Amino acid sequence: MDLLDQLADTFFNWEEMAKVIPALLMVGLPNTLILAVASGVLGSLLGLALAMMGISRNAGARWVARIYTDIFRGLPAILVILVIGIGLSPIAREITGSRNPYPLGILALTLIAAAYIGEIFRSGIQSVEKGQLEASRALGFSYGSSMRLVVVPQGIRRVLPALVNQFISLLKDSSLVFMLGLAASDREIFRIGNDAMANTGNLSPLVAAGVLYLILTVPLTHFVNFIDNRLRTGKPEKKEPDELAAPIGKGAQA
Amino acid sequence: MTEFASGTLTGKNLHLSFGHNHVLRGIDLHVEKGTTASVIGPSGSGKSTLLRVMNRLIEPDQGDILLDGRSVLKDNPDELRQRIGMVFQQFNLFPHKTVVDNVSLALRKLRKLPQEQARAEALEQLDLVGLKHKADARPANLSGGQQQRVAIARALAMKPEVMFFDEATSALDPELVKGVLALMTDLAKGGMTMVVVTHEMGFSRNVSDTVTFMDAGVVVESGPPQQIFSDPATDRLKNFLSDVL
Repeated sequence: MDLLDQLADTFFNWEEMAKVIPALLMVGLPNTLILAVASGVLGSLLGLALAMMGISRNAGARWVARIYTDIFRGLPAILVILVIGIGLSPIAREITGSRNPYPLGILALTLIAAAYIGEIFRSGIQSVEKGQLEASRALGFSYGSSMRLVVVPQGIRRVLPALVNQFISLLKDSSLVFMLGLAASDREIFRIGNDAMANTGNLSPLVAAGVLYLILTVPLTHFVNFIDNRLRTGKPEKKEPDELAAPIGKGAQA
Repeated sequence: MTEFASGTLTGKNLHLSFGHNHVLRGIDLHVEKGTTASVIGPSGSGKSTLLRVMNRLIEPDQGDILLDGRSVLKDNPDELRQRIGMVFQQFNLFPHKTVVDNVSLALRKLRKLPQEQARAEALEQLDLVGLKHKADARPANLSGGQQQRVAIARALAMKPEVMFFDEATSALDPELVKGVLALMTDLAKGGMTMVVVTHEMGFSRNVSDTVTFMDAGVVVESGPPQQIFSDPATDRLKNFLSDVL
């Protein structure tokens, strides 16, 4: 019984959790979201550029995209974050005049995310039937316009689930930015939980941080399943009044 | 049917190779303004490729293409393709856009028409193919025949001088073929210049003004349908006709 009480106290000490919750919500949550959303958006833009290069007719562009992707997909996230966060910090300080590691943390996360997102976009764009590009070109659209108006929008739609998955993994990887040393107000969810754990010697704050991550990620994973289904089966069809009308009504139209 | 601003299209000595595969070996095709030329022949004879070369979706290795007597090989190919409508075997409607947006897209983005006017013109085209009531549906919710009629409306909206049909009815269920062929017949009778690659020998025989029989990248025979179907000169055409008729 003692052992169970001890375990309960280690993981679910409500008092310690309650103490850390305000900081988790007021400081950690916004910071985690800033890191994940900023690098998600920037990574998508860079990823789209990489995807276009990856399918380009220009062999040089294809090579650049290939090498970039191999490097940033092949390295551990924590290594990229440290190398960029520490290596570029003198330059960042010069430019921004601040010691805030966020810009570099976002840059590192962006570079990693772009490699994955680029591959996601490329596979989506390449999955669009060749006839779509052909039909668009036959109407008189240039290659660029055809990609922008017809091919890429369809490709992106198909990979929305994979994109959301990528965003989930960014939410989690954003915790690695703690390695760069954060001021109290810059801490994200993990760091706040970790600090509180170190201060109290109790794991509960970290469990609370974990719960907060799950509150963010679990709905997203279900959202992925939802859009995945929707993309496969289409919107629940809105019946037109015609189709709801009694058969005799339909006959009257003919 | 409205009047069409039809043009005369001529392909001269067109050659095309993919690597060692010599797909077109000096094709001549002349389509007089307001007439319909059908192109028949076995699979792999280069018929579909010929259409793609004549609107420069694929650039020919050699030869010339003339629209109203003027070579268009030096023109911007995108502008040339605005003057030549094309309808595909697989329809190739844009599935992420509604039916009316499929038709109005080029009007808005290429003709630079304001949204409202582009929609109005698109609806007018849809009305001509009998599908105005499906304007706000998605292509996926239409039958194959309806999709192909939308594809025809989409091409017609650009007021092309020539229309290409690449086996436009081959992917359709038999009961849907009729409606699309009827529409193509209307266009032909309305004075549109058309090049129709087809396996529909009935259409070729009854509607087209000239028939061109291609095999292995060359034009084996061409002439009025009466001559091609009733009095074939070569064994290759005789064999082909006995296979398909």
